[in-house]
Amino acid sequence: MWKKKSKTSFSDDGVKKKSNRDIWFTGIFFSVLFVAMMGFYAHFVIVEGQDMINSSYNSRQKVLTAKNRRGTIYSANMEALAETITMDDGKEYRNYPYEDLFAHVVGFSTKGKTGIEAQANSYLIQSNISLSDQIDNEIAGVKNPGDNVYTSLRIDLQKIAGKSLGVSKGAVIVSNVKTGEILAMVSKPDFNPCTIAEDWDEYLEDEDSTVLLNRATQGIYPPGSTFKIITSLAYLRQNSGNYENYSYNCKGSFIYGDSKITCYHGTVHDQVNMIKSFAKSCNCSFANMGLSIDRTIYQETIECLGFNQSLPVDFNYSRSKLKVDDSVTGEDMIQISFGQGSVQMTPLHLHLITNAIANGGTPMKPQLLTKVETAEGELVKEFKKQPYKEFMTEQEAATLRMLMTEVVQQGTAKKLKGLEYTAAGKTGSAEYNMVKEDSHAWFTGFAPAEDPEISVTIIVESIGSGGDYAVPIAKRLFDAWFEVN
Amino acid sequence: MQYYIVEFSKYVIALLMGIYTLEAFIALGKHRDDEKTGVFVRQNVYMFFVQFLAYLSMCLQTGQIEYLFFYAFLQIALFSTIILYQMIYPKSNRLIINNMCMMLSIGFIMLTRLDYDKAMKQFFIVVISLAAALIIPFFVHKLRFIKHLKWLYGTVGISALGMVLVLGQVTQGAKITYNIAGVTLQPSEFVKIIFVFFIASLLYKAATLKEVVISAGFAAIHVLILVASRDLGSSIIFFMGYLFMVLIASCNYLYLIAGFLCGGGAAIVGYHLFSHVRVRVQAFLDPFSVIDNEGYQMSQSLFAIGSGKWFGMGLYQGTPKDIPFVESDFIFSAIAEELGGVFALCLIMICLNCFLAFLKIAMDLDDIYYRLVACGLAVMYIFQIFLTVGGGMKFIPLTGVTLPLVSYGGSSVLTTLILFSIMQGLYILKFTEEKEQEKARIKSEKAALKKMKAEKSKAGVKMKNVEKEVQDFV
Repeated sequence: MWKKKSKTSFSDDGVKKKSNRDIWFTGIFFSVLFVAMMGFYAHFVIVEGQDMINSSYNSRQKVLTAKNRRGTIYSANMEALAETITMDDGKEYRNYPYEDLFAHVVGFSTKGKTGIEAQANSYLIQSNISLSDQIDNEIAGVKNPGDNVYTSLRIDLQKIAGKSLGVSKGAVIVSNVKTGEILAMVSKPDFNPCTIAEDWDEYLEDEDSTVLLNRATQGIYPPGSTFKIITSLAYLRQNSGNYENYSYNCKGSFIYGDSKITCYHGTVHDQVNMIKSFAKSCNCSFANMGLSIDRTIYQETIECLGFNQSLPVDFNYSRSKLKVDDSVTGEDMIQISFGQGSVQMTPLHLHLITNAIANGGTPMKPQLLTKVETAEGELVKEFKKQPYKEFMTEQEAATLRMLMTEVVQQGTAKKLKGLEYTAAGKTGSAEYNMVKEDSHAWFTGFAPAEDPEISVTIIVESIGSGGDYAVPIAKRLFDAWFEVN
Repeated sequence: MQYYIVEFSKYVIALLMGIYTLEAFIALGKHRDDEKTGVFVRQNVYMFFVQFLAYLSMCLQTGQIEYLFFYAFLQIALFSTIILYQMIYPKSNRLIINNMCMMLSIGFIMLTRLDYDKAMKQFFIVVISLAAALIIPFFVHKLRFIKHLKWLYGTVGISALGMVLVLGQVTQGAKITYNIAGVTLQPSEFVKIIFVFFIASLLYKAATLKEVVISAGFAAIHVLILVASRDLGSSIIFFMGYLFMVLIASCNYLYLIAGFLCGGGAAIVGYHLFSHVRVRVQAFLDPFSVIDNEGYQMSQSLFAIGSGKWFGMGLYQGTPKDIPFVESDFIFSAIAEELGGVFALCLIMICLNCFLAFLKIAMDLDDIYYRLVACGLAVMYIFQIFLTVGGGMKFIPLTGVTLPLVSYGGSSVLTTLILFSIMQGLYILKFTEEKEQEKARIKSEKAALKKMKAEKSKAGVKMKNVEKEVQDFV
């Protein structure tokens, strides 16, 4: 036993011999360090390598652009949304066949890069065609074709969304609930990416111009009554999912301290329960509900839904902001309860919450890109569809789905009632200044209500109520989806 | 055709490098090199092809015929090194020689691509250093008194470092170099080796608390002078070398733990005390937030590695020159960009292979002094690689040291070649030790045999006498 512990041993000839244990330790210590370092390297190359190429500080972009012709961006049905055309004199220009229709979502690559042109830049400027073809191109003195990027965008839905918004400012997002794929994304007013270089100065001159802003992902709006979804969820959490006991008597206005709020157009809803409050979008009832909810629970609910946090997307977006703590006065809390006051949200974020409700509590990560292929059709990269974090329990999502279905059945979105499919959703008419008549029309919802496939989020700026102006757009989009599928 | 060769050579080089590395590890696993000559010859062939393809591809792309001449000289220099070693020291460690030559040739490929003038300058330094280093193994196994010169090592080491601190030139905020007769020297490189000899001579007889405390005091003087000269990388390398030498000498892991704790404490103090340390940490934590200033170098290095992916952009296809000090501190990132991740990882593994070969030599040695020297040098060598490679890929904060044998820098390459030659000397020393022991054993066995025979014949005579007596009696 004691022999094992001895650190030195003596060989036959009596020369003192040290054990090699410590040298083994040294060897293993540094080997482990090096294996960790090599693992880090591999991880870096696999995970972050692409981002490194995409940084505008990386001069290698120029090298690649000189070697390769920028790849094509395709829609879901393989139509080019952006393509580089080489003219006879060897000059290249970037063509956008649908001109302004995909202006924000696809973006442009001439005056800086925006949209998918920026997001997928590193793929578009690299060429993974076979070595023999590269050699052929080298000999022929032509550039290698860059890799092509495929998106989930659908031209038919994009057209409907664009046309429906018309001359109004606003935004529309349509996505597939089950995969998270974005099917359409429109922001108005828009621009023509083909002529962006010529129009550039004009946009810069007009300091108030927000033409280049993608309202769907970067526009920050008061969500109005669509936010009642969140207040309802907080109420459910406070009352362990029980909503049947809720009741309130609406007199058309709600007075708290010095402030007085009214329902839309001063409507009196009389006795309402939870379902009716939500369906009829009764402001007074929600003001009452908001005051009854513990601030900590409310704050936890909105944090859980991703307020003040980053969203799981690879494109530019703004963060939704809201803080509910003890510094929020009762008057402020009333405003927050139905999405006015200090609440600021992007259509994208509201859309993500709707997707969570439609998809059993956990939304899929929103995705624009589906895959990258070489010009020869070899797969370079496939973007996996994956769920994001759980926003709410399945039970809570089911309750909210029921509430949103009732909005269509008996509430503010009746225009979606009695169709071949059952829709669900929530309207909103968000006031954004002191003039009460001006409001942003909102609708966020999905269909079919029983097993949601498609979801839409719509905002039309300063036009009127959501039920009147946003719901019809949703109907057209749903119709198109169910007609084709 | 040209394009074909350039693109194709990229993959072939990575493949050859992979096979080379694999063979290096197979050779490492076997005992002594009796039946492995085939492996080493194959390694030389891979090395030859890697260089040939790289220079051919560079020559084709730039149209510079002189690169081919340079290549020819390089080949002659490296192969004569291999052959001369074989002739002078038939029992030398061929794995270490091959690795040394492989790393030198990788360094030259990259230097030629980055800056041909510097490559030529480096070539002269390397040729002279190789020639000088050739005699070192002889000294190592003949001059046994070197273990008694401890105060000479201490004095020379500390005064050399001190001189740089007082008189040295300031480059990039650090006092590292010193000019003698037009030659710029970086004494901290040479002092590394002297330091290892010094610490070994303090610890080889005994490593009780007393010796450890005394040696710690002297090690601290070295490290603090380096910290004062703002040569952070070297100070950490000295520190690590010292820690592991104490571990090997004392077999006590408490010293190692205590050392790491002290080092961690010193790092925190250093962070608060020195702004240049904070800048490094900031550039490590988020280089892109300070990309225009402190993080520029780091970000460019990451761009290089990220752009290179697994098989690289190809020689002359990337822009490694965007990285400041690419030839000395960031040569690894340049290699990763143009020759690719596979190649770069193989390079790291070859370095690790050298380190393990060094440790194997240490394990075979019986003399504690030489064991300590071997381990100290090995740890300093591998840790320097860890600092420069890990720093370049943002695995650890950047310290700005060279990649031994690959980076541009005369002092660095000369020191590393001396280090490799000392290791050869120790390897040969072990062999002669074994031979002497064998001789001694044979001698004693022979003596024993003689004695036995003598006794036997004596007994035989006795027996015969008895037999005779019996016969007579009958």
